[in-house]
Amino acid sequence: MLAIAAEALVKIVLVLAGLMTAAAYLVLVERRVAGWIQDRLGPNRAGIPLTRWRLWGLGQPIADGGKLLLKGGFTPAHVDKLLYFLAPAVTFATALAVFAVVPFGSVLPGGWLPESWGVREPIRLVIAPGINVGILYVFAMGSIAVYGVVLGGWASNNKYSFFGGLRSSAQLISYELPLGLGILGIVLGCGSLNLDTIILQQAESGVWNVLLQPLGLLVFGVAACAEATRVPFDLPEAEQELVGGYHTEYSGAKLMMFLVGEYLHMITASFLIVILFFGGWHFWGLTGAGEIVTWPVAVLRVAVLLAKVFAVIFFFMVARWSWLRFRYDQLMSLAWLVMLPLGMVNVVYMAGWEAFGGRLAARLGIPEGWAMAACGWAVCVLALLATAALVPASNDNTPRRVPIEPSFSKEGDESPPTASAGLVSR
Amino acid sequence: MKPDDRNIRWVEMPRLGWLGKSYVPLFLDGLTTALRHLFLHKKITLQSPEGRHEVLDPPRYRGVHRLNRDAQGRVKCVACFLCATACPAHCIDIVAAESPWPDRQKYPQLFNIDELRCIFCGMCEQACPVEAVELTSFYDLSGRSREEMIFDKQKLLSVYDQTKDSEPMPSQRLAAGGQP
Repeated sequence: MLAIAAEALVKIVLVLAGLMTAAAYLVLVERRVAGWIQDRLGPNRAGIPLTRWRLWGLGQPIADGGKLLLKGGFTPAHVDKLLYFLAPAVTFATALAVFAVVPFGSVLPGGWLPESWGVREPIRLVIAPGINVGILYVFAMGSIAVYGVVLGGWASNNKYSFFGGLRSSAQLISYELPLGLGILGIVLGCGSLNLDTIILQQAESGVWNVLLQPLGLLVFGVAACAEATRVPFDLPEAEQELVGGYHTEYSGAKLMMFLVGEYLHMITASFLIVILFFGGWHFWGLTGAGEIVTWPVAVLRVAVLLAKVFAVIFFFMVARWSWLRFRYDQLMSLAWLVMLPLGMVNVVYMAGWEAFGGRLAARLGIPEGWAMAACGWAVCVLALLATAALVPASNDNTPRRVPIEPSFSKEGDESPPTASAGLVSR
Repeated sequence: MKPDDRNIRWVEMPRLGWLGKSYVPLFLDGLTTALRHLFLHKKITLQSPEGRHEVLDPPRYRGVHRLNRDAQGRVKCVACFLCATACPAHCIDIVAAESPWPDRQKYPQLFNIDELRCIFCGMCEQACPVEAVELTSFYDLSGRSREEMIFDKQKLLSVYDQTKDSEPMPSQRLAAGGQP
């Protein structure tokens, strides 16, 4: 019992330290990438203090963190004190708690610790191994994280923060649905809610879920991006409109908890995308698939997983400078009128495949994997085309000489399209 | 604004096809633009103290002032107060005295320019009848106190000594066959 607790504690310390460092340095990477994309250099000065060593700006996160931590914790007079202090704590705690069930590798070989320590089994690289409702737990924590933002906006007692809080409560709650539907397809395919099992299943078959369910990735990826409030879904912050949104009134360590918590959300989203759709620690010809591993393989699996996660995070960073922020009605239409139906299509397709797919492939004489991939891609393309066909000809309020009719307008309805006509008009 | 106003030129946005409405081309367009800038474009940041901005046309640049010397090394200024009169920021302070030299009546005993008040408009340079005060291409001046930033005659003459070779006076440029 003691051994299990000690093992968990060691893992918790490792994960906490790793996550904090990763978040700090990913902020630096993000700033450098942002600079490069804008043809700048980004922060490259802060190195070792009092020397001329700049180390490509590697000292920047320490300077940033130190500055935020040492700043006076100013609390505005007009805030709701209890909620004001609670909000960043909620955001930060839930963002960290998610990692209890997210695997950061496969297993370590057993039998290398002294016998008296009582750990003989191979060590699984998850804080809480064997939780069979892992994904549900991730979801629960993700939903609580909404409270952090909403409470922050409310407690600040400030119009802009309140707007940020309102926007994000609607946005985060709306995108929980496509997020769930995206995962549901995977769960149907794998028959398990355990993230470890999902990776193992992909590793054993050698086929990553993205090859089978591209539509699921589309829905889940967009929803995860929205849940992490990254551009183009960063309406809760929207610094150009809301002066920072829900964390306008925060400063110092509390602001840092918000910012780091948000960054952790992105890291979580990247981990989940990699685990659910890109095979986790598996890579063909490199990592093998079994549960029994040697040391090099164990390390290699961690490296592969982290490399994939970094690739996804890098995509998020580039995405930030690629597309414009959605308008609020576009955001809502995208969630309820596009992503939700697409997610439904994915789930229904996966359910249908689980029921009839095997027999269909056998009758046609095609290997089941190939048939599944072909069907998955066909469904994805068809669903996208169907969405495109149903989108109205106009979804903005640009003045036009000849008003474009909304595609579903009633006979004789002469009113021109208004700003509220979203991606699909009502 | 009426829609049928003849002065309005209507620009119709192209209608999106199926592909356009599926958001895929926009997605790829944004992503490739960002990646192109990330990997291919030249970064234009100039890393200041090590790299310095190139002043394209030093004679026309309006940086720190200097007081020019004549051929004998005396200050060229005749203390006519035209620059101080022209100055919109009132940053030039001259005390005139009787000239020790036979070729002019007055010379500046004191000639102070408050570089913190100066707006670098260059009107002193235009007002000067004897090309005595000029603006150089030094653009990064700094000091530790306000007093230090009031440049006196000595300092302004030393600016001339430092820049006389890189930025000759208009008369010298003309004599060398160049543009004034």
